[in-house]
Amino acid sequence: MDGFLSLFEQYDVAGAFWINIQLTFWAAIWSLLLGTLLALFRISPIASLQWFGASYVNIFRNTPLTIIIAFGVLALFGQLFVSLSEDFDLNFFRLAVLGLSLYHAAFVCEAIRSGVNTVPLGQAEAARAIGLSFLPAARLVILPQAFRGAIAPLGNVLIALTKNSTVAAAGSVAESAGLMKTMIEFRSDMVIPIFFTFAMGFVIIVIPIGLLTTWASKKLAVAR
Amino acid sequence: MSAQQVLFDAPGPKAKRNIFIGNIVGALLIVGLLAWLIITLAERGQLEPAKWTPFLEGRTWEFFLLPGLLDTLRAAGVAIVTSVVLGLLLGIGRLSHFLPLRWLAGVIVEFLRAVPVLLMMIFLWLAIGAAGIMRPQDIPFIAVVTALTLYNGSVIAELVRSGVEGLPKGQREAGMAIGMTRGQSLRSIEVPQALTAMLPALVSQFVVILKDSALGYIITYTELLQTARRLGVGEGNLLQALLIAAVIFIIINFALSSLANRLSKLLSFRTTGKTKNDNVSNVVVADPTNA
Repeated sequence: MDGFLSLFEQYDVAGAFWINIQLTFWAAIWSLLLGTLLALFRISPIASLQWFGASYVNIFRNTPLTIIIAFGVLALFGQLFVSLSEDFDLNFFRLAVLGLSLYHAAFVCEAIRSGVNTVPLGQAEAARAIGLSFLPAARLVILPQAFRGAIAPLGNVLIALTKNSTVAAAGSVAESAGLMKTMIEFRSDMVIPIFFTFAMGFVIIVIPIGLLTTWASKKLAVAR
Repeated sequence: MSAQQVLFDAPGPKAKRNIFIGNIVGALLIVGLLAWLIITLAERGQLEPAKWTPFLEGRTWEFFLLPGLLDTLRAAGVAIVTSVVLGLLLGIGRLSHFLPLRWLAGVIVEFLRAVPVLLMMIFLWLAIGAAGIMRPQDIPFIAVVTALTLYNGSVIAELVRSGVEGLPKGQREAGMAIGMTRGQSLRSIEVPQALTAMLPALVSQFVVILKDSALGYIITYTELLQTARRLGVGEGNLLQALLIAAVIFIIINFALSSLANRLSKLLSFRTTGKTKNDNVSNVVVADPTNA
């Protein structure tokens, strides 16, 4: 037990989890922005933008995240010398955020689109019937319902993003999965307690997000 | 309802003209973006023939990409079978009327779903290695397959459960009416129909398994990403090698996704459950994605 505790003095476990949380935070913001833009493209009546949105989603949703992250480090940085910061570690961090954002934007786009799809056609017809033109109908009737319908799927994307932030280990970011590997290699006799410490860390982060978004999606659900 | 129908009325002449103009502007922007990408790559010397010709040679495919793809498919294939088995066991456990069993299956499923696959993979890889019970060259494969099985088994368990709960109540009542026990009705009436109903979502989950198998790269498993990287390091064309590997993944996964969509239309006649392949909007299926 003493050996186990001294491991935590030696290694900064909380700091590694903090990196995961930061990765998740920034990637959540960027992927929400990009994903919303893509969703707007996909639901617009303009064929070329629809095509772009659909192609983006099909390409990024079907590519392993590991390849995208590895691409950032090996190809963007290693071969094209794309650098997002002077600082070496910060550069890898930002490249990982870029990869996570590009990948999850495809899922955010689909989550928002599925939210719009929960709105029955009658709502739009009713809005037009009382004389609302496009923008007021979208702003007052359709989008408020669509956002509520998108909460649960967006929550699922956020949970997936939190767990996927560990894949940044493939992009030379010193986060929790990498630290767990280092710690196990140092104390291979404590492999099980070390694993459960990290696993419980994720359980503690992920399960409240799930409970919160499920609660919010039920609380804000449109009764039909 | 389709998003376009909800948001947009049938366009009149003026709206049609605006859409036409928007279409041209959008197309120009997209062409501009693609042109910028290609010009940037060309300026950095990434379009030189020397970077691409290796992919026309037989030895590149024979010694790098095809063995890598084969290992990817091997790990994903085995993991698909084992995670379906584990998913059925855990799913039926969660539906059991025996409280401790239901509770235990619930805790296992929630735990496995909350822990990142990569964490389990690294743990299994190092733990099996430290235990020294296996030939070292087999360990990465076993770790990849086991981690994928544990995670995806728990997701499939939720699919089974939501599939059974999505069936009309009358199905179970009919089973009870002809004197079946809960277990009999689950086995011979409910789960078979739930399986048909969940088949599209199950095939979508196979896409997740295939994508996740690329995590094996981090624990030195020789799957496609790993062999593509080795090729790229040797030839000095990492960017191109990773792009080709990504394209191979996209083609296989796109085919699987299309299959899932077709299945959901085909199978709706064969079950009383819902064959909707909407794993993004389905709350119970937890996350649409992992790596």
